[in-house]
Amino acid sequence: MIEIKDLHKSYQMGSNSLHVLKGIDFNVKEGELVAIMGSSGSGKSTLLNILGMLDEADSGTYFLDNVPIEGLNETKAAQYRNQFLGFVFQSFNLINYKTALENVALPLYYQRKKRKERIDKALEYLGKVGLAEWATHLPSELSGGQKQRVAIARALAADPKVLLADEPTGALDSKTSYEVMDIIQTINDEGKTILVVTHEPDIADMCKRIVHLKDGVIVEDKKVEQIRASQYVR
Amino acid sequence: MFDRDRWSEIFEAIGKNKLRTFLSGFTVALGILIFTILLGLGNGLLNSFLSSFVDDAQNIIFVRSGNTSKAYKGFQENRKIQFKNEDLEFIKDNYPGQVEFVTPRVYRGGTARYGKESGTYNIRAVNPDHQYLEKTIMMKGRYLNQADIKDRTKNIVIGRLIEKDLFKKEDALGKMLDIDGIPYKIIGVFQDSGGDNEERLIYMSYKTVQLLYGNNDHVSQINLSYNMAMSTEQAIAFSKKIEEDFKERLKVAPEDQSGVRVQSFAEDIKETMVILGGIYMIIFVIGIGTLISGVIGIGNIMTFSVKERTKELGIRKALGASPRSIIAMVLQESVLITSIAGYLGLILGILVLKLIGNNLEKFFILNPKVDTGVIMVATMVLIFFGLLAGYIPARRAARIKPIIALRDE
Repeated sequence: MIEIKDLHKSYQMGSNSLHVLKGIDFNVKEGELVAIMGSSGSGKSTLLNILGMLDEADSGTYFLDNVPIEGLNETKAAQYRNQFLGFVFQSFNLINYKTALENVALPLYYQRKKRKERIDKALEYLGKVGLAEWATHLPSELSGGQKQRVAIARALAADPKVLLADEPTGALDSKTSYEVMDIIQTINDEGKTILVVTHEPDIADMCKRIVHLKDGVIVEDKKVEQIRASQYVR
Repeated sequence: MFDRDRWSEIFEAIGKNKLRTFLSGFTVALGILIFTILLGLGNGLLNSFLSSFVDDAQNIIFVRSGNTSKAYKGFQENRKIQFKNEDLEFIKDNYPGQVEFVTPRVYRGGTARYGKESGTYNIRAVNPDHQYLEKTIMMKGRYLNQADIKDRTKNIVIGRLIEKDLFKKEDALGKMLDIDGIPYKIIGVFQDSGGDNEERLIYMSYKTVQLLYGNNDHVSQINLSYNMAMSTEQAIAFSKKIEEDFKERLKVAPEDQSGVRVQSFAEDIKETMVILGGIYMIIFVIGIGTLISGVIGIGNIMTFSVKERTKELGIRKALGASPRSIIAMVLQESVLITSIAGYLGLILGILVLKLIGNNLEKFFILNPKVDTGVIMVATMVLIFFGLLAGYIPARRAARIKPIIALRDE
């Protein structure tokens, strides 16, 4: 599903440049649930942003579902993001003047789906994260955990190939974190490929594979026995 | 552009971001409002300036006679020059295409009596052209016509105030009025913007007066108007030509200032036009200034609006919005707001001008009004520059990488 080879990325910080990714080789197969771990500054978010086409690599190759991702113009990148990827952010990034339902329906709007279809699909995915009753509420009326579940529903609504989650539990307490991870595991069980960036070991342990990044290189890549989040959720 | 979904998306954004909508709408509405009011007041100034000229036709020329001040061609000085009907015919015959209207005036006074009421009034004996030269407005009945001249009828047209003086609340039309013992029939009542004296006049056929008062063909004064197609310079030359011709006809020395006097407003008009040009210039500068400040205001608001939306636009981009759709959304929203707000400002401005009405006549502002076309153009200009001002931040927003837009503060 994801194939990257020798990926490099540096940022210009005033006069000196900061080499963030120093040659990453990394493959993800369909249906995997991968945790990307590392301390802050290890380059994990940068990697995720490049995978999400939110940022561009300086060199290296990147294939997503066998499509080469390089030299994309903004319009093409937007189209690919819409078609291939779903995003979940640490700070939820819901549009604050739109209701939960409208937020979930937004990627479908950019897929030019009909209004009726958008609403049906959005309701379906809201139901999937257990928030069907909250459809007409604004983000400001939801708890942090609920917001993140809306964000997950939104990421899923466009039926992407890959779900990218950047510290999805970073702003949540451990109980809600597990609730969110439970949902992520359920989605993965249904076959969705998911990448989770996190620095919390207990969250990483709930994935099937852990990739450790340190100073811009992968130092460890191991399969783990998945701990189910459902046992912590009543 | 006419995508229903996109519009509903925009209406939603407008409806749920009231402060932003209000701020940008307010700027535009205020700009158009001020523009409308200033332009209206400027036009009011113009109107009050022009109204001092509207009593008579602007292209009028008066030909008057007096006593000569110089001996000439064997005539003594201080000879009285008397115009006659043939002088009127001379003007009609000799300046084809240059004369628009021409009328003689024979001045008389008389005591008019109706029932118990009576009063002394000035009589102007004229021909039908006089109505156009004097801009006489008929309130009822008709003005004198060619038949009244030819048949020397005893028909008269009286001023509005004479009707009020003598007939009180009665309708004067068709009544007989006794002037110095001779009964005349009132065929019309007129009004005139030249003041009370102009509305206490009696008009009758000049030939009737010539017959009844001395059976001669004397004319006190000749009024004519020149063809409006003439330039100011041509008009000045034309009135000089008439003066020369009359002096020659009536054997008055060319340098004699009092025997024959020809007065035209052409030169006054020339001066007036210069002042009008000045007023127009001031209005124009004020208008442009208002528009520029409006455009700058819109630009600021747009920049602020886009800045405020950076995060939202970043989210939209992450969800698959193309840069074009971002720009289109921002601009369509701003055009919608500016159009509606501009329209509101226009309506409000016109209302304010209506309220002002003639209340500022003391300050030389008469009937302030605006030309809707001009305001429409101004609104278009504002919308256009609003677009331009919005386009730059919108494009920047569309170019910004979602990752930067989504970065946590």
